[in-house]
Amino acid sequence: MSRETGHSLAAQVDRLGRAQVARRERPVLREARITLSHGSGGKASRNLIDGLIAPALGMEDALTQVDSVILPVTTGRIAFTTDTYVVSPLFFPGGDIGSLAVHGTINDLAMTGARPLALSLGFILEEGLEVEVLRRVLASIAAASAAAGVRIQTGDTKVVPRGKADALFINTSGVGLVAEHLTLSPAGAVPGDRVLLSGSVGEHGIAVMLAREALEIEADIRSDSAALHGLAAAVLEAAPGTRCLKDPTRGGVATSLNEIARAAGTGIAIEEERIRVLPEVRGACEILGLDPLHIANEGKLLAIVPPEQAAAALAAMRAHPLGRDAAIIGEVLDQPGDMVVLRTEAGGSRVLDMLVGDPLPRIC
Amino acid sequence: MSDRQLRFVDEYRRPELVASVTREIERLSAGRTVRIMEVCGGHTHSIYRHGLEDLLPASIDLVHGPGCPVCVIPMGRIDDAIAIARQPDVIFTTFGDMMRVPSSGGSLLDAKAEGADVRFVYSPLDALKVARDTPDRPVVFFAIGFETTAPSTAATLLRAREERLENFFIFCNHVTIVPAVKAILDSPGMQIDGFVGPGHVCTIIGLRPFEFVPARYNRPVAISGFEPTDILQSILMILQQQARGAATVENQYARVVRRDGNRRALELIAETMELRPYFEWRGLGFISHSALKLKPEFAAWDAEARFEVPGVRVADPKACQCGEVLKGVLKPWECRVFGTACTPETPIGTCMVSPEGACAAYFTYGRHSLINRAAEGRKAGVP
Repeated sequence: MSRETGHSLAAQVDRLGRAQVARRERPVLREARITLSHGSGGKASRNLIDGLIAPALGMEDALTQVDSVILPVTTGRIAFTTDTYVVSPLFFPGGDIGSLAVHGTINDLAMTGARPLALSLGFILEEGLEVEVLRRVLASIAAASAAAGVRIQTGDTKVVPRGKADALFINTSGVGLVAEHLTLSPAGAVPGDRVLLSGSVGEHGIAVMLAREALEIEADIRSDSAALHGLAAAVLEAAPGTRCLKDPTRGGVATSLNEIARAAGTGIAIEEERIRVLPEVRGACEILGLDPLHIANEGKLLAIVPPEQAAAALAAMRAHPLGRDAAIIGEVLDQPGDMVVLRTEAGGSRVLDMLVGDPLPRIC
Repeated sequence: MSDRQLRFVDEYRRPELVASVTREIERLSAGRTVRIMEVCGGHTHSIYRHGLEDLLPASIDLVHGPGCPVCVIPMGRIDDAIAIARQPDVIFTTFGDMMRVPSSGGSLLDAKAEGADVRFVYSPLDALKVARDTPDRPVVFFAIGFETTAPSTAATLLRAREERLENFFIFCNHVTIVPAVKAILDSPGMQIDGFVGPGHVCTIIGLRPFEFVPARYNRPVAISGFEPTDILQSILMILQQQARGAATVENQYARVVRRDGNRRALELIAETMELRPYFEWRGLGFISHSALKLKPEFAAWDAEARFEVPGVRVADPKACQCGEVLKGVLKPWECRVFGTACTPETPIGTCMVSPEGACAAYFTYGRHSLINRAAEGRKAGVP
């Protein structure tokens, strides 16, 4: 705008006006990699959030501008949960960190009998992350949230210097509504109750483990990652007396059953031959010396149901696409207290303990 | 456990087969106590995992032997490992089990939390890959185990030499099983009537190294596989030998073990390693010619030659009775600290660390039958 170019004052005003309009247009993320400025809170942050994240999730602009979202509540009680996802690698057969973050938090809500209302999404991004990777994760989050019918309603994004995080971490919180009469609690299990399991075990942990290149075992194993609120609702409708629901994630079925036994002060006996394990998962576990009952699942449901409602609960599970292979795997006993006993296929019995140590770090 | 059968696994877990073998065991051992040591930790693990103690008659007393590689490593060697792991730039690689074994000052897991670069690997070749990928840092592999794992360490060492990798080192703690079995046979008050022999070790060394057991000590040996029916059949073989008044080395695991072992694997060990004059075993003390070290021509890859280590003998914690458990003198639950101060989460002794350790196997899988027996005053059945 110098005197040499001979622009008039009117031309200058016109330019400024156009710049002002451009500023109001939707921001665009042009970079191929995440830089520290994307976490600055300034313009680059807006480009990332309004140019990539919000449109990918179908969030209205207004939602990214406010500090918190206001949700209407009718009757009932609020379930509120949070979970953080650091799985490595980010993508694995059957899922990725994005779908896992949606399913995991929905499942935490569903296990209390809640109907999920809304999720939050917090990203920690490592400087240098390829935007294409973030785009793929966002697409997966959007698909998982649409399929589950639970929307992302609020979020946050931070960028940390290279080496201070591993590519991408996600925190999701969720709120849900619990019906007034409903109280599910592991402490509610009583002797005689049946133990139901919605399908085969061990796929998620083994799929993630095999996706890491260090182990050169080739097997077609996909994570079972799935949102369980539909299945949980079906079980609760068919068996309103259900004592508790649990998704056997880290530590596997063995750890979840031990938590129930200890909370209720009861014993639990299960039959090894009634627990379905895919041959590929069994093979990988035999090679690695792992027990499938200690391996994480992300799309399976354990239910403790009074005996007179067990058949109805089983039928409801089997009628649902995520519970086709459901089975009654065991029973709650009064003795031995605080302990889970497995009747082995060979005909013996043994203690099934919680997982000690971590055979597979960073699987979710 | 699944719709489809897993070959070489399911056929050895069939309950009707198990029942017929246990009936015969009961008949042949009626009216007396037969003490049988399973030498290998893999057998200990399998016995508890499948609940076999519940299926055996009270006349069979299983004694858990010293064949758990993690359990027999003395504390001083863990101190040495941690000293190496703490050296500047070192990447220390180890099997996962070894991470939690306590030294005189914390475990490798603690050293990792304090900043040492300790990584767990599934094979020595994984460690070699780390060395290839980080050429500017020394990478050490914590080699442990019996003759079963020594050949893969040897093959990895030869590969490192072939690739002229100058940043790969082996901290060799390989041990040999036969001198330990002999030490047990020679120990005062020895009451073992027969041995379930280590199937995986014999895959490498063959049957001959165990022939001294029947020849010199008149005790039957059955080299065994690891599935429930394998172990039960091996116990039956020992009883049948006794009934015939014989003592030999029988090969129950003939589908895998050859009489002369694996010649190529033995050559790999002989090419790269030699016997140490003596080596300390946890609980058993110093046993001569019971461990392997790298030959002098491989000194360039030998962590003991490259790094300063304390190399001192560290006495086991006073409360710990792993030694008695490893010798079969004490049952796991008879140890002073079993299940109280010493648990799989906070192990004091090595036997509580590895899933093959008698104490960990018993704590994790076996308590139930003890509780049953105590409660009912008889041998436990299915609950």
